Amino acid sequence: MATIKFTVNGTARSVETEPERPLLEVLREDLGLTGTKYGCGEGQCGACTVLLDGRPTLSCITPAREVQGRKVTTIEGLAANGKLHPVQQAFVEESAMQCGYCTPGMVLRTVSLLERNPNPTDGEIIEGLNGHLCRCNGYHRIVAAVRRAAVLAGKQS
Amino acid sequence: MVDYALDRENAEPERYELREPPAHIFAVNRREFFGIAGAGLVIAAAAQQAAGQGSARSGALEARLHIGEDGTITVLSGKVEEGQGALTELTMAAAEELRVPLSQVRTLLCDTDRTPSDGITAGSRTTPGTVPGVRRAAAAARTLLLTTAARQFQVEATRLEVRDGAVTHGGRRYTYADLARSPELAAAYKNPPQGGALTPVKEWRILGKPQPRVDARDIVTGAHRYPSDIVRPGMLYGCVLRPPSYGATLESVDLEAARKMPGVIAVRDGSFAGCAAPTSFAARKAVEAIAAGAKWKVAPHPSSDGLFEHLKKHASRDARPRGERGNVEQALAAAARRLKASFQVAYVQHAPMEPRAAVAEWHDGRLTVWTGTSNPFSVRQQLAEAFHIGTDRIRVIVPHFGGGFGGKHTGEAAVEAARLAREAGRPVKVCWTRAEEFMWAYFRPAALIEIEAGLDARNSLSAWEFANYNSGTAALGTPYRVANVRETFIPSDSPLRQGSYRCLAATANNFAREAFMDELAEAAGKDPLEFRLAHLDNERIKNVLTAAAERFGWAERRKKRRPGVGIGLACGTEKNSVVAAFCEVEVDRESGTPRLLEIVEAFECGAILNPVNLRSQVEGCIMMGLGPALREEILFRGGRLTNGRFRAYRVPRFRDLPKTEVILLDRKDLEPAGAGETPIIAVAPAIANAVFDATGTRVRSMPIRLPRR
Ligand code: FES
Ligand code: FES
Repeated sequence: MATIKFTVNGTARSVETEPERPLLEVLREDLGLTGTKYGCGEGQCGACTVLLDGRPTLSCITPAREVQGRKVTTIEGLAANGKLHPVQQAFVEESAMQCGYCTPGMVLRTVSLLERNPNPTDGEIIEGLNGHLCRCNGYHRIVAAVRRAAVLAGKQS
Repeated sequence: MVDYALDRENAEPERYELREPPAHIFAVNRREFFGIAGAGLVIAAAAQQAAGQGSARSGALEARLHIGEDGTITVLSGKVEEGQGALTELTMAAAEELRVPLSQVRTLLCDTDRTPSDGITAGSRTTPGTVPGVRRAAAAARTLLLTTAARQFQVEATRLEVRDGAVTHGGRRYTYADLARSPELAAAYKNPPQGGALTPVKEWRILGKPQPRVDARDIVTGAHRYPSDIVRPGMLYGCVLRPPSYGATLESVDLEAARKMPGVIAVRDGSFAGCAAPTSFAARKAVEAIAAGAKWKVAPHPSSDGLFEHLKKHASRDARPRGERGNVEQALAAAARRLKASFQVAYVQHAPMEPRAAVAEWHDGRLTVWTGTSNPFSVRQQLAEAFHIGTDRIRVIVPHFGGGFGGKHTGEAAVEAARLAREAGRPVKVCWTRAEEFMWAYFRPAALIEIEAGLDARNSLSAWEFANYNSGTAALGTPYRVANVRETFIPSDSPLRQGSYRCLAATANNFAREAFMDELAEAAGKDPLEFRLAHLDNERIKNVLTAAAERFGWAERRKKRRPGVGIGLACGTEKNSVVAAFCEVEVDRESGTPRLLEIVEAFECGAILNPVNLRSQVEGCIMMGLGPALREEILFRGGRLTNGRFRAYRVPRFRDLPKTEVILLDRKDLEPAGAGETPIIAVAPAIANAVFDATGTRVRSMPIRLPRR
């Protein structure tokens, strides 16, 4: 067992855990943050994506020990004071979900994608999101949501 | 309220999972058995109270619709939401008929204690079956509110107007909330009128308009709790000991190693063994510890290499034709030309993004389960059998879950969680891993399809013999005009556990038929589109074919040739909807896997209820269909999958996205049909036909792969 201290969605947290446990399970089981999803546990689907010091990270293959002293943002930490983040807003407006199970990971990936590249082409969106699987909606709506998010985020800044 | 019995007896033969014997029948727990006697009445009363708070309800409407004292409308349906859009569609249906904004309606989906059973959520039946039921109930409620208001206004009901959740007359106005509180309504509710007039399509204000998922906000914020997200006080996490291979049976297992671990409970009950612990990590470690010493009796199991020979060899000898007319033998003998081919379709896995999950909790001999299943009432039955208790002691709640596609008609995780929870005396959650979902969920049946057909002297189809081994009967019948036909489904011995998958066997049957129609068109020296149109009487199929052909530019593109690139088409009908797809593929001879560059798909399912969702369903079907068309194929050897991981079993990704155009034909004159399935059936054959166009090679198997160069 180890004590892991890290910041989650702006709040300092401390957990006692086996250091090898996946961050995904620490978030979901110890901290009750179930917005981060399990899809494969093998780094192939992106459902478990969180932002670790601002970078998209697959929490299913990230051991808890690696987040010692670092900052994690999960889907629960994205909307500020009840106002949706522009990326979340865009996913709603474009109906970019069916079951929505892949959505939190897609949203976080998009947040980071747009930070690096505020006006991505469709090709860049496809490359940027290719590590994420959606089994329901055929990807078009998600690409459209990312495009719309770029517009919404542009308006906001 | 079950409009459509998809039960063991009536379901299509390929819904194999509905006829499986129970996986576990546990030993009787005598203490519990006596403990629960006599508790039923209390529970029934409590349940009624909980559902009936502060409202006018009773009689026939109560199962469906509920108007609260604050005017909030609650729709109750035993259907489930797995991403297909039932929640939004049913909410829209009620709002339309009650003339209220969508935000005033709350829809409560499957909770076996509170919602009526609407049967299994499958077969594209929510739209044609449940939506009309909800609309009728809502229309009846509207009539009731209207007549109650009329009595209070003391005017004729016909002179009143209903809009925005209120009944008005001149300047006076009663909101639904006012009416719901009136004792007259409560009295009238006991004898509700039989229906009220349904709003005609041309007067729709909500139905037919694009509507995003009503709970989209909860999804994008991560607030929605999927079955795998449910947490109960004191809950443990469970993990189940799996056999090392298909057919292996547990001979012995020593639980001591697990029981020594802090906070771990371990249980063996017949073929079942598993552990529960304070974290899923600890539960996995505990199961690893008992797995090390477990003894199994393994059974021989065939390999995917010899699959189609196996299916043929073990085919049933007494299958009768499902469709037969004319005399096929005579017609074949008399044909100017005869063609024969056989097609193969691999097993595939649904791979919904959320694997199976359940939380189970026992309280005073009563079991509550939260799980992701499309078949909740049957899962309740499964639990009742496994635990020897009445279904009245079991409550199954289905939170909106993460995808099913026909793959979640069973309750494995629920049974497992319930067994562990009974042992632990605490709630237990069981979430299957992706590896478990690949190996232990059921598969879409593999298919071997043999077709022989004859063309007469005028190059018209004169004979059609079609045999499907193992996969099923959906869309077995040809929609083309031909006088002499025999169509047979021949069950076989499936090496893998198999069952329903989006559109069932229609994908396999349509793949073989539409690919073969292309071969016949070629033999007849006809354009594939003309050849089809010449044999079609179904106007709806002709319409989608023509619409898609025009948008795609079929006639012009047939004239232009590009090396390594080909175009193809396919059409089909199933579940009272019709589809046509035209596509362009590029063939990379190095990898042998074609690439879909462009697809135009036209779809028609009667009057459109929610165009955004419909488009999303069609786009989703195209992308999902692309997987088994080009890459997906379950491989097994020695009773194990050899590619049961996303790394090895490639499902479609963003990079596979083709240029896509979806044409939705809105037939306001036709009853709405379901739309989540049929759009998948034209994808694979259109690709196969385009591959032939590009290469001159007929690929008669799914996945469609060319020999590598
Ligand atoms: S769950 Fe982490 S990548 Fe799939
Ligand atoms: S919406 Fe279901 S997996 Fe993406």
